Amino acid sequence: MATVKSKAKPKPKAKAAAVRRPKSPSAKVAAATKSKSAPAVASKRAMSKPSKNVLVPRGAPRTDDAPWSVLRADGTALPGRDPKLAPELMLRMYRAMTLIRALDGRMLILQRQGRIGFWGPTRGQEGATIASCAAFEDRDWILPALREGGCALYRGFSLTELVAQTIGNALDRVKGRQMPCHYSFKEGNYVAMSSVIGTQIPHAVGVALGAKTRGDDVVAAGYMGDGATSSSDFHVAMNFGAVSKAPVVFICQNNQWAISVPIEKQTVSSTIAVKAVAYGMEGVRVDGNDVLAVYSATKRAVDKARAGGGPTFLELLTFRVLGHSSSDDPTRYRDESCVKEWEAKDPIVRFRRYLESRKLWNQALEDELDGQHQAAISQAIKAAEAAPAVPTATIVDDVYATVPAHLKEQLRRTLDDLGG
Amino acid sequence: MTPMAEDLLSVLEPKSAKGKSAKIALPKGLDRAKVQRMYRLMVQTRQLDDRAMKLQRQGRIGFYVPSIGQEACAVGSAFALSDKDWCYPSYREPGAALAVGVSIQAMIHQLYGNAEDVTKGRQMPVHYAFRKQRYVSVSSPIGTQIVQAVGTAMAQRIRKEKAISITYFGDGATSSNDFHTGLNFAAVYKAPTIFLCSNNQWAISCPLGQQTASDTIAVKAKAYGMPGVRVDGNDVLAVWQATSEARARALAGEGPTLIEALTFRIGPHSSSDDPSRYRPNEQLETWQKKDPIERLKKFMKSAGMWTEAFEKEVVESAIDEVNAAVKHAETVPLPASSTLFTDVYATMPPHLVEQQERLLALEKAQGGAEIDKNAAFPL
Amino acid sequence: MTTMTLLQAVNSGLKDIMQDDDRVVVFGEDVGINGGVFRATEGLTKQYGEERCFDTPLAESGIIGVAIGMALYGMRPVPEIQFADFIFPAFDQIVSEAAKMRYRSGGEFTCPMVIRTPYGGGIRGGHYHSQSPEAYFCHTPGLKVVVPSTPYDAKGLLISSIRDEDPVLFLEPKRIYRSTKQDVPEGVYEVPLGKARIARAGKDVTIVTFGAMVSICEKAAEDAAAKGMDVEIVDLRTLLPLDEEAILTSVAKTGRLVVVQEAPRFCSFGGEISAIVAEKAIEYLQAPILRVAGFDTPFPYSLEHVYMPDAKRVLAAVERAVNF
Ligand SMILES: Cc1ncc(C[n+]2csc(CCOP(=O)(O)OP(=O)(O)O)c2C)c(N)n1
Ligand SMILES: Cc1ncc(C[n+]2csc(CCOP(=O)(O)OP(=O)(O)O)c2C)c(N)n1
Ligand SMILES: [Mg+2]
Ligand SMILES: [Mg+2]
Repeated sequence: MATVKSKAKPKPKAKAAAVRRPKSPSAKVAAATKSKSAPAVASKRAMSKPSKNVLVPRGAPRTDDAPWSVLRADGTALPGRDPKLAPELMLRMYRAMTLIRALDGRMLILQRQGRIGFWGPTRGQEGATIASCAAFEDRDWILPALREGGCALYRGFSLTELVAQTIGNALDRVKGRQMPCHYSFKEGNYVAMSSVIGTQIPHAVGVALGAKTRGDDVVAAGYMGDGATSSSDFHVAMNFGAVSKAPVVFICQNNQWAISVPIEKQTVSSTIAVKAVAYGMEGVRVDGNDVLAVYSATKRAVDKARAGGGPTFLELLTFRVLGHSSSDDPTRYRDESCVKEWEAKDPIVRFRRYLESRKLWNQALEDELDGQHQAAISQAIKAAEAAPAVPTATIVDDVYATVPAHLKEQLRRTLDDLGG
Repeated sequence: MTPMAEDLLSVLEPKSAKGKSAKIALPKGLDRAKVQRMYRLMVQTRQLDDRAMKLQRQGRIGFYVPSIGQEACAVGSAFALSDKDWCYPSYREPGAALAVGVSIQAMIHQLYGNAEDVTKGRQMPVHYAFRKQRYVSVSSPIGTQIVQAVGTAMAQRIRKEKAISITYFGDGATSSNDFHTGLNFAAVYKAPTIFLCSNNQWAISCPLGQQTASDTIAVKAKAYGMPGVRVDGNDVLAVWQATSEARARALAGEGPTLIEALTFRIGPHSSSDDPSRYRPNEQLETWQKKDPIERLKKFMKSAGMWTEAFEKEVVESAIDEVNAAVKHAETVPLPASSTLFTDVYATMPPHLVEQQERLLALEKAQGGAEIDKNAAFPL
Repeated sequence: MTTMTLLQAVNSGLKDIMQDDDRVVVFGEDVGINGGVFRATEGLTKQYGEERCFDTPLAESGIIGVAIGMALYGMRPVPEIQFADFIFPAFDQIVSEAAKMRYRSGGEFTCPMVIRTPYGGGIRGGHYHSQSPEAYFCHTPGLKVVVPSTPYDAKGLLISSIRDEDPVLFLEPKRIYRSTKQDVPEGVYEVPLGKARIARAGKDVTIVTFGAMVSICEKAAEDAAAKGMDVEIVDLRTLLPLDEEAILTSVAKTGRLVVVQEAPRFCSFGGEISAIVAEKAIEYLQAPILRVAGFDTPFPYSLEHVYMPDAKRVLAAVERAVNF
């Protein structure tokens, strides 16, 4: 039986086809790609046969395809791979990662105390979240999923507003209309998240096409989880993105779980990255717990998109250390011993070792930072909790640009019935 | 214009290791009778298509979708099925219906939507449904059948049946939601499914290059961890072989296969379409030279399976059968108005009973509704 | 002024607004070189280039999802869904995303866009080229739903919809795409959203309807006039937000209401009209509210002419209301 080889074949193409694939990345793209250490695409071996290893141990990368990495476990860089980032950039990333870890701890407590209703933790994924987002410019747009709240913070969203959103009071920009963690941050080009898995991915393509049509130098990031790759929106977004060569980077945080569904029940493709092949797109598998690897791979994809080279699909291989959310009990469905293994690959610890080896960090700074984070969070909680409830009348605002007659009437009637 | 890729499975144009053309070897499992049978099915399909397009032009039926040039995809694949397998077709596989044993008469009744149409005139022409042949109702929305076939295949696996499901769709359908979910589910559950994409390189006016940026359709299988096979879709023997192999794998519990049958839509998208608005003529001419019926005939001649007398009998009997079926279908009236209300549910609920009574009373009082003679389908 | 069909008016509206507003982009299946399967987008690619009018892969959820992203970014996308029957793969993007974006972001992000789609029966299209899905969408806060019934309104409403700050579902009654002509101004002009039109003035019975049913009702009104019954026809034009005032004013005058729609009756838009009139104008009613609708069955092929409400069925309801 003839199986598909991974090499490109001349394909039947109509003359009228307006959108064509580049034969190879243009010189411009190559020039824009500073990091000589370009991560490699999904494997050649990957796919002629269906993957046999359906029952790999939980938590182990389940393919023959090793993810791209820069840092060893001890925090030293593999030869020739260190992107040599500016110290300020690295410290900014480190601060953001540690802040969202501290935030996870505090917010989970608030949730247990009944002070907020829900929390979706990022623990274990801080490297993937922050280092990917750091590779974009501020003018670039972010279309987040649940685990990317840290991107808003990285871009300057205030902690107080973030906490207020989780409370849903008058300080919350979205006026208490969504569950916690569904932030909106317009100045940060961070679009209000939807609970519905996958929906944001085509939006990223649309933003990118809008920017392209207008001639703006803007790239869009479409984030998603591994579960989202099964959604139809993933499929259509990847396809539209590739066909139109939109300046978009698709970023999948493969934390290997979609609530209780492990990755091997989500898909039997050899990797997540290989899915890009179906769209004629470049796919890259990256060690998501390796800050420098995530940063370099994302930066390369962003630069390529900016230079007109079209979209890239990044699989950031990481692990969801905690439950899916504050409402989830992972012991019901997984052997928690796998967590140990992944805690040993902690992205923050690994990055700290690297920073220490570069003499950019030490224990004193660490202690000081932790104190700062805790104080900032305490202050944010205090300020946010002091805010009043959302006024009732806002319930009919923002359904449309102006409140239509029937909504005015409904509000008036209800208020009348309730006695004002 | 369209160079055939090297990895294209072909029987009728075999290449030796040195790239020279080699001797044609009949795939194992096929013999003279079977090849002749496939030839007959393709000729029948062609005759049906030809006549139906004419009927549409004459205003005798409302709409038609020809499969001219693509007969080998449908016939070669469906001929590889057993009588337990299920078929989830699109609108462009009349040859598959014939191959699984549907009569030309039954199909022509459906084109007329008359009282003898098994689907009671409820769908547009070519939206066949033949329960007995496990040929599941064709739906217009692109792609929906793909994921349904997987459901049947999962059931076949759960029940440990020696049967598979095959689903047909076009290149355009690979962009649909249901393609993605269908292939993923089939791969995850190792459902015995064959996904047969008739890549005719056009989705109405959208050329393949604007449909997807992937190198081939077959390569999309990688995204789901299943084998993808690319076959010369104008080579009925190759399509048969690829389908048979995929079927054997499915039955052996090895899961689904995506088959890309590379072909070309010689005719318009449908009776309402004018491809000269958007399609280059050279492309058409190139592909007209690869007519699947002519190619098989050439092989059969060389293998001593074809004579003038055989040809005459095959063509004439196909024409006669189509003619007779048309003649009969035109004597059958439209379904009765009361059939509007049946089969909405297993039993008719009270509100439909009421609506039915009202309608019949109104028809009695004022006469039946008139058919709008101006109504014409645009696509 | 040029005499145009409804289809030409849509085309003219698109051409003019694209000239007027460079944020407007049109895309969908077969809308480019082929000009749309109905030819509503004929000539747009030629005039404005492939950046502003282009073909997409075959995926409605992608078409709408991408349109949302463009709208978020500040464009004015006007995606086409080839037939309203194929809108359902995009249902999630329309009702969960476009319609809720403004609200869920506290007004920070908005999705002004117009989803154009031909709907309704009468073209021998069977189940999947004939349906009238307005009720699903009218049930969606955050969405506006507009249905023209004349060439003049089609162009004016389309332009108003594109200039509106919210997502609009623009349902085009394909049965009357080419059936009537009317003088239509050149250049952009608006017909306001949320305002009904009195298609015919009368004093005995009010018919509330929209889209392709307007001309059916006009025919029935003529037949009724021959029998001495004076029918007033309210053509809604915008279903959401609804011009309640026009309906209530008319019903107050006539005291009788017949609602006419193609869609199946159960849980339909006509039910909402009936409820509003029952709630707010019961004191004026001299007869029960009657509905003429498609049957509660899937849309058929061979018996399409039986399924679709026609002048006879409308007239029968008018008579029942008058003779109650
Ligand atoms: C369309 C849809 N289906 C189901 C859900 C419920 N749900 C919420 S999160 C989730 C799992 C998502 O997994 P993944 O995409 O891997 O993201 P992760 O939570 O691991 O970051 C599910 C099933 C949903 N939100 N949306
Ligand atoms: C969901 C959906 N969207 C749009 C259409 C309109 N439509 C009918 S056929 C077609 C093109 C299909 O192309 P392809 O899948 O390649 O099949 P082919 O017609 O070439 O056999 C389109 C867009 C449809 N039927 N269903
Ligand atoms: Mg996950
Ligand atoms: Mg096709």
